[in-house]
Amino acid sequence: MLIAVIVALAVGTYAFRVSGVLLRDRLDLPVWARQLLPVGAATLLAALAATAALTEVGGFAGWARPTGVLVGVLLAWRRAPFVLVVVGAAASTALLRLLGVP
Amino acid sequence: MVRDVAAIGAAIVAVGASFGAVAVAAGLPAWGVIAMSLLVYAGGAQFMAVGLVVAGSPVAAVLAGLLLNARHLPFGLTLGDTVGRRLWQRLLGSHLMTDETTAFTLARPDGDARRRAFWLAGTLLFVAWNVGTGLGVLAGGVAGDPAALGLDAAFPAGLIALLLPSLRDRDIRRAALGGAAVAVLTTPLLPAGLPVLLALVGPALLAVHRLRQPSATPTGATDGSGPADSPAEARSLTSEAVPVGRKEQSC
Repeated sequence: MLIAVIVALAVGTYAFRVSGVLLRDRLDLPVWARQLLPVGAATLLAALAATAALTEVGGFAGWARPTGVLVGVLLAWRRAPFVLVVVGAAASTALLRLLGVP
Repeated sequence: MVRDVAAIGAAIVAVGASFGAVAVAAGLPAWGVIAMSLLVYAGGAQFMAVGLVVAGSPVAAVLAGLLLNARHLPFGLTLGDTVGRRLWQRLLGSHLMTDETTAFTLARPDGDARRRAFWLAGTLLFVAWNVGTGLGVLAGGVAGDPAALGLDAAFPAGLIALLLPSLRDRDIRRAALGGAAVAVLTTPLLPAGLPVLLALVGPALLAVHRLRQPSATPTGATDGSGPADSPAEARSLTSEAVPVGRKEQSC
């Protein structure tokens, strides 16, 4: 049963990935549609980041995580190096949890 | 660039380790855990699948995981030009596509730099995830809790940092902020995966808007409020879709 789950997930996930890449060749997209693709990708990533920052299994994730993300975003805004953004976000959240913030 | 990818890569090793440890602790055999990381290679779907398999719902595990991963289709459409011309590059590159890889790739200007970014991030992060999983399996239940390390904050912060330069473009900013709001507000109501896909409503509306005025002639057709009607604005979307804010300091 486990094998079936893994194979189905693997095949399905790969199908999503590869069909996008291969469709790009076949589809003769008009210019405006090609211009929208990066907009769509950025929108998906923004939605992903926002839900990952704020929610956990359908509910609010607690304050520690969004606060850490905010610290990271502010660092990025101030053009801090990427490494600092990632470490700053994680460290802030970890510190808040250490202090008992959920 | 290598340093940036390594920063996320380190976090991915840790989360991979926690996946390996959680899955083994939940009773999955080591080979199954490792095979899942190698073949599925999608963290969120893997955690979800382990939970549902252990709960005795294998069908739900597959459906929920696939719903969560449907976003890779539009990612593939966007990165299709970047991955490479040869068939093996397209077939192999497809497997390496993740949220983080997509973000790193789109943060580079079109062309060779973008292709290199894709393969560098794709390869390093794939290795990181699988090394992490292996370590977690070896460690059994002993691997640390990624929440205690704040790693759940590291990924959204990294994604947003990579997106920030592209938000200077008005169209992208509107679509991204609107989509993020839609996704967050619908998360309590919909199964995981759907809210993020629903965020595409914004870009879809833009598409309808442009279909309705297929005026190739920019003269007169632009009212100033229409998105990217002027050729200059339109060009900025493709060639520097995500302008590189930090190119100088990171490669």
